[in-house]
Amino acid sequence: MYVIVVGGGKVGLNLARELIRNGQEVTLVEGDRRAYLRIEQELEHAVQYGDGTELWVLERAGIQRADLVVAVTGDDEDNILICQVAKEKYLCERIIARCNNPRNLQHFKLLGIQPAVSATDLILNLIEHEVPGHGLVHLLDLPDEKLEIIEVEVIDGAPAAGLRVADISLPEGSLIISVLPRGKAGFVPKPDTVIKPGDEVLVVLDPGLEPSITAQFAPNGRGG
Amino acid sequence: MVLVVGAGRVGAAVAKSSLAAGHTVSVLDEDPLSHERLDAGQPTSWEDAGGRFTVGTAIEIDALLAAGIAEADIFIAATRGDNTNILVGQIAQKRFGVPRVVVRVLDPARSDWYAEQGLHTICAVKHAIKMFEQAVLEPVSG
Repeated sequence: MYVIVVGGGKVGLNLARELIRNGQEVTLVEGDRRAYLRIEQELEHAVQYGDGTELWVLERAGIQRADLVVAVTGDDEDNILICQVAKEKYLCERIIARCNNPRNLQHFKLLGIQPAVSATDLILNLIEHEVPGHGLVHLLDLPDEKLEIIEVEVIDGAPAAGLRVADISLPEGSLIISVLPRGKAGFVPKPDTVIKPGDEVLVVLDPGLEPSITAQFAPNGRGG
Repeated sequence: MVLVVGAGRVGAAVAKSSLAAGHTVSVLDEDPLSHERLDAGQPTSWEDAGGRFTVGTAIEIDALLAAGIAEADIFIAATRGDNTNILVGQIAQKRFGVPRVVVRVLDPARSDWYAEQGLHTICAVKHAIKMFEQAVLEPVSG
């Protein structure tokens, strides 16, 4: 696989290093002369100097034959435009963009730049995952496939608490795929598995069904 | 209504002439001092002449809304950054449906490509190159 990584900061350099170690062919593009010279000591021919938003720089890096373009500069405008030309001008099949400011995520979506990875959102998700009793956590969003997986803690007195899985009225398009009892190993439930308060359940669902899921497991507006 | 993003030499000049031509004009720039360019050489201040000025970052939706993008018929992106202009121009076009979007792009290659994609780009560098070529390569007359 041939990968072009644009942006030789901490993210880009470490990414390039790992990919090379895994045997991939990599070109890292860095636009700051000093940073470029420093990286060149280590990566040698695998780094090129230039503004990765300029077409000739991307072409010199061989974007026409790239299998994957990863834009991880510190500038969201740059990352969006690099991925936009990679996808729409050079028909690169796979792109990954870094989103530095979560408020810019909507611009990535508007222009179809997916996936956009936001470190802030990743950490927020982790915090939600780690902090107990925080209601609903999005574990996985697959917007193209129109599927998502959420984790929700069953609160005391919720309609589903104390019911068998088969008796919980979940909407069409949703399914409980795993039950994680507090402090014990998770398992795939059977129809007669009883859901108890304090359990966490993983549910796969069509987007938009969260409200009816939280209504069953965690009402009182604790869902996120 | 004309919304001009970026009150540099180009943006401020186009904002002033649009106002003089009778348009409602709103200007957005992240630097409060850029306002001085709008007042320079005018008998009254920009606001007294009827202009609007908002301090904010071009790609922040809140700033664009405060500057009146929802009512804009004409959107001009003339900040110093090509990438900001190309992005904010597409936001104006695709998200807010502004009918006429004009974007300043200094890089000739991307000015051409984005023009093919339906963005009205203006590339001063291309014009400068042409004028230099004429000045340098054409035989001296007389």
